[in-house]
Amino acid sequence: MEMFDLIQMVAKVLLVLGVCLGVLPFIIWFERRGASWMQGRVGPNRVGPFGLMQPLADVIKFLSKEEFSPREVNKFYYYLAPIVALIAPICALAVIPFGSKAIIDGKEVILQIAPMDTGIIFILAFAGLEVYPVILAGWASKNKYSVLGALRGSAQIVSYEISMGLALLSMLIVYGTFSPQEMVTWQSGTFLGFLPSWGVFVNPIGAMVFWIAIFAETNRLPFDLPEGESELVAGYHLEYGAMKFALFFMAEYVAMIMASAFISTMFFGGYSLLPGMAEAVNFISNHFGFLETGRQNVKAFFEFISIFTKVSFFMFVFIWVRWTLPRFRFDQLMDLGWKILFPLSLINLVGVTIAVYFLNQ
Amino acid sequence: MGTINISRKYTAKQKSYLPAIFVGLKITMKHFIKGFFFRKNVTIQYPEVKRDYSDRFRGMHFISVDKNKTENCTACFLCETVCPADCIHIVADEREDEFNPDGVKKEKKPVSFDIDALRCCFCGFCEEACPKDAIKMSGNYEMAVSSREEAFYDLDHLKRDIKGRGKIV
Repeated sequence: MEMFDLIQMVAKVLLVLGVCLGVLPFIIWFERRGASWMQGRVGPNRVGPFGLMQPLADVIKFLSKEEFSPREVNKFYYYLAPIVALIAPICALAVIPFGSKAIIDGKEVILQIAPMDTGIIFILAFAGLEVYPVILAGWASKNKYSVLGALRGSAQIVSYEISMGLALLSMLIVYGTFSPQEMVTWQSGTFLGFLPSWGVFVNPIGAMVFWIAIFAETNRLPFDLPEGESELVAGYHLEYGAMKFALFFMAEYVAMIMASAFISTMFFGGYSLLPGMAEAVNFISNHFGFLETGRQNVKAFFEFISIFTKVSFFMFVFIWVRWTLPRFRFDQLMDLGWKILFPLSLINLVGVTIAVYFLNQ
Repeated sequence: MGTINISRKYTAKQKSYLPAIFVGLKITMKHFIKGFFFRKNVTIQYPEVKRDYSDRFRGMHFISVDKNKTENCTACFLCETVCPADCIHIVADEREDEFNPDGVKKEKKPVSFDIDALRCCFCGFCEEACPKDAIKMSGNYEMAVSSREEAFYDLDHLKRDIKGRGKIV
């Protein structure tokens, strides 16, 4: 491996990790204050300007707390669970493309940590890992509430993974590729003359099923049954304190970022430029007299802004939905998953397959 | 008896959940905009802003004083008698004439007048029973103390300077 490759790889990893973990405190702050605004309250506003330093204070609290574990727990699995919880979504972020390519020193840099052809399978594998922290934490804690939460959580995640997979499959048939980069390229055209050819316009039912399944996958309200504060105290992470709980807490938000990035890439055009951005790229390039290279770099920058905006929007929707809908009952959850979303995604898959077959002839 | 099954007829629109969800999202969005852009909320920022209770609020007791800072209480024991929680303890004595400059003869005075705020149920019967309007209940609701002794109000504490109903502003 050349030196340049190594440097650009490390730079990309640092960029993604930095942005992803750097916005976490802001998201947590926004979750709490957004909740307050939606409920007519003020929210945390004492620490720093607008309470922005609140997450920092929380982290200091978590770090300075006593590190303890209950006597009866299975130590290995007990400590493994929060690690898996945080690692899995971060790994899945590796194949999310955040730009087409930048040209530095005459060399192309593909703006994706791991540009692999089977990117979607990679994401699915690591998204599937998200069931393990739930069941490991619940089972190793030796606590009846934790076990109940873990059982519910694993049943829920496994059930919704099927609908999610089928919705994804219908999109894979449309795109005809497993590579996220090619999917985004496919989506950068126009559809029916005026709409951007995003997956959500091509396959709205698939997008809806996927979107609902994503909520269940990330254990967010209305599907936060593994936690269920009012019923199970805190569910699977009941026996966790100090930094171990903080890891679970961070993992939830990283998983949300990953899910938002995933749905942006699959259904909302990924890094393809938002309306108006192409003109901005042209304007800036002409203003500074950029040639081909500079123009591509400006475009890459705007592509990053584009996917950042989309992910931010979906993070907002996550929070917005959380404070709108109450939690589902367990039988309602299973009804929705197996009796509505599963048949719906199956029918959608058949429909899309037939449509693609005839349109490609 | 037993379980009563109630079945309702739902329209297809209601069954699909989605329209109702969008209505809900619209409502929370409205509240979000209200809170975010217009800073409207119902929270009272407590230590800086105090809740305004009605004038009839029964808070920390006080004893009204005349212009010489002499208490109006004549140690008639009506409040101690009426108190359902038995939290008022008065020791009475004769009052010297020089404390009655206007000629109004207050024959008795309380040597000590103790209220055990931990026993008090803030019913306000003492205030109603008092013929001299001496014992009153202020609007002050900040009665937290850091030791048990501080919750026993003696005469000096009860005669503290109070403006109006003693509301917290």
